[in-house]
Amino acid sequence: MKPVTENDLSEIVKGASQPFHIRGGGTRNIGKPVNGAVLNTEGLSGITLYEPGALTLVAKAGTSLAEIEQALDAENQRLPFEPMDHRGLLGTSGTPTIGGVVAGNVSGPRRIQAGACRDFMLGVRFVDGTGRIIKNGGRVMKNVTGYDLVKLMTGSWGSLGVLTEVSMKVLPKPETAACVLINGLSDAEAVSVMSKALGSPYEVTGAAHTSSGVDGDPVTMLRIEGFEQSVAYRADQLQALFSEHDVTIESDPAKVAAGWEWVRDVQPMHGTSGDVWRFSVKPSDAPALVEALKAEHPVNRTLYDWGGGLIWVETDPGTNLRPDDLAGHATLIRAEEKTREALPVFQPESAGLSALTTGIRARFDPKALFNPGLMSA
Amino acid sequence: MQMPTPNPQILAKKARIVERLRAVLPRDSVIEDEAETRAYECDALTAYKCPPLAAVLPSSTKEVSDVLRICWEEGVPVVPRGSGTSLAGGALPTADCVILGVARMNDVLETDYDNRVIRVQTGRTNLSVTGAVEEEDFFYAPDPSSQLACAIAGNIAMNSGGAHCLKYGVTTNNLLGVTMVQMDGTVVEIGGAHLDSGGLDLLGLICGSEGQLGVVTEATLRILRKPEGARPVLMGFDDNEVAGACVADIIKAGVLPVAIEFMDRPCIEATEAFAKAGYPMCEALLIVEVEGSDAEIDEQLALILEIARRHNPVELREAKDADEAGRIWLGRKSAFGAMGQINDYMCLDGTIPVSELPYVLKRIGEMSKEYGLGVGNVFHAGDGNMHPLILFDANKPGDLELCEAFGADILRLCVEVGGCLTGEHGVGIEKRDLMIDQFAPEDLEIQMATKDVFDPQWLLNPAKVFPLESSQSRRATAMAAE
Repeated sequence: MKPVTENDLSEIVKGASQPFHIRGGGTRNIGKPVNGAVLNTEGLSGITLYEPGALTLVAKAGTSLAEIEQALDAENQRLPFEPMDHRGLLGTSGTPTIGGVVAGNVSGPRRIQAGACRDFMLGVRFVDGTGRIIKNGGRVMKNVTGYDLVKLMTGSWGSLGVLTEVSMKVLPKPETAACVLINGLSDAEAVSVMSKALGSPYEVTGAAHTSSGVDGDPVTMLRIEGFEQSVAYRADQLQALFSEHDVTIESDPAKVAAGWEWVRDVQPMHGTSGDVWRFSVKPSDAPALVEALKAEHPVNRTLYDWGGGLIWVETDPGTNLRPDDLAGHATLIRAEEKTREALPVFQPESAGLSALTTGIRARFDPKALFNPGLMSA
Repeated sequence: MQMPTPNPQILAKKARIVERLRAVLPRDSVIEDEAETRAYECDALTAYKCPPLAAVLPSSTKEVSDVLRICWEEGVPVVPRGSGTSLAGGALPTADCVILGVARMNDVLETDYDNRVIRVQTGRTNLSVTGAVEEEDFFYAPDPSSQLACAIAGNIAMNSGGAHCLKYGVTTNNLLGVTMVQMDGTVVEIGGAHLDSGGLDLLGLICGSEGQLGVVTEATLRILRKPEGARPVLMGFDDNEVAGACVADIIKAGVLPVAIEFMDRPCIEATEAFAKAGYPMCEALLIVEVEGSDAEIDEQLALILEIARRHNPVELREAKDADEAGRIWLGRKSAFGAMGQINDYMCLDGTIPVSELPYVLKRIGEMSKEYGLGVGNVFHAGDGNMHPLILFDANKPGDLELCEAFGADILRLCVEVGGCLTGEHGVGIEKRDLMIDQFAPEDLEIQMATKDVFDPQWLLNPAKVFPLESSQSRRATAMAAE
């Protein structure tokens, strides 16, 4: 099914008794496998409003990300939360949609400084499980009128309602960017260096580390963005801050962009055969967590982003990497269906949180029509 | 503003309720004496007052849980209270409620510079969170005007903003985790020192829910390193529209100031008479502040001034040092006080798309004449968050009602041009009955259904946010169950 208007969609839902698998571009097959008729949102497409001077963009949920990025490009603006493209990692094809980005709260390396997708969301329209068309939030940048269901819908993976329109805050592109590269650090040293950089006044907008960079050696990356003189100044300050290490500065914007795309899209794990897990933890816990994982499981590759707060780990297929006592959350991003059936994909919740989540689902989607079970433990 | 009739059954069992509360709290933490409960009869929306049945001042999550469980068992409404600085009546009591004040819970529990987070009890004031990390040159970004007094609990309840949120975001963008007590006494942990928990974003839902879903007792907040420096410029224009265009051009140029403040002529005149900051007399005044090292500030200000010059300003004033920066901010920071010197005032905070600014200011001017009440506008221009200050005389019969009607018309206008009723103060009781102007019945229904999940008996701050008529059946069911 592929409705082309919000009203069509509402009618389809009102008449439905069997579950749907909600799909935008179909590039992010994450979560428990869903049994249901595909409900495709790509027919709900188009930019509704774009005011560059107000930093506001409103688009129908099925609008392709490419169309949105093209419109923003023309005004020298961008989506500040730098959404990851999952196609390379998951081996999917198709065209990512803005609704899919919002449904997955998909964010990238700039999350640590600018915020996540949820932080840039201003409003949503959606159809709930009884077919009602609902709006929340709006198109203005500050809004505390009523409950913030915008955040609740962002990252709910289509399981509370079908998004029909989203409005978000965008930001200007910086004039230029540079990357401070620190070579040869251990994971623990790297997290400590990234913490120091993120705790400096130099506005680092990306902090990533891998023990095996493009040339096979450990490299720690710090990104700075802004006006040219300011970027040069801050890169120098950071280089001085870490002068006891082997530091170089990359100031070719194209190379900087390519490097951060490599981090954002987890390129070291493209085309490999293992399962991929994503851990969100307190940065200082990260090195010990990785050590503990390595002691108990096969760990083929790792990549640290968000100053250590986000760790991508590739393991052998079918391995349950999630420790019982994890302070943070682990998500199984890439695995065969049977593994995703067998293991919790999302972090299991405490009994208290689970009761609230279940209650909310029952109110938003009482017939359990939307992606049933996708987020279940 | 109408409030529900107090439940006589609850009033009748006051002694028993107080006795049960005293059994779980230290003696001085339960206030029931009528002279003393009067201290809690209102918040900063002082036009409405009502002493509560009792007030409690717990000092731990455990005590909050005990209080809520007892009130839940007794069917007593609970109104949570931070420091009582709400401008929207968010902490206004009813005669049959228990005020739960978190003021005694003000400890810093953990400061973690490596991970750039601080964990505090929520009775702690906003400014003292920054105070706790200042020695290491860190700060907590959201800065509501009441930051000296307002509590983190209230900031979370209202999702408070401030002058610097153009760059740093509002409370919800700086909140990573909470400990929350539900109405039945259940304690839940949401989020933590890590980012973006994988399930439904309950943290995002709690923030801004006006104390209607639970009582937040502890919070993990993001702290940031202070910038090397900050400096403002002041610009005066002869036309609101031109000032608005200048703001849009600055934003489009790729500069991200930390603040863009706007004042209109009535407000400039009032502040000049009061604070004598030496502001130019013109139609619109902008204060734009940028951050960074000295060289970075120079670079950004040069670009901003170049843009401003294209719009024929009547005045451009750049701060060369801290003293001059202070003078530029002086008038803006005394704007509310200055308006208060003239008369009583009501402060609204509707938000509009920035492009609608000239039209909205023109309409407000026309309405001011129709109502015969003066109004000055201070405005977070970068994000469209207006602050019309309507002047009235509280001692003149009918003036408050006239002012409220004028205010309601301004807020309807904000909604009409694509904005919203409140950008940072919250709905409370003040804007409760206007919710139907912004939301369709089904939009409100799903919000109320969300409250049902957290507080099925509608005991937490029940007469706020939703029009009494809309929430009537839910509150009635709860009362019947009692």
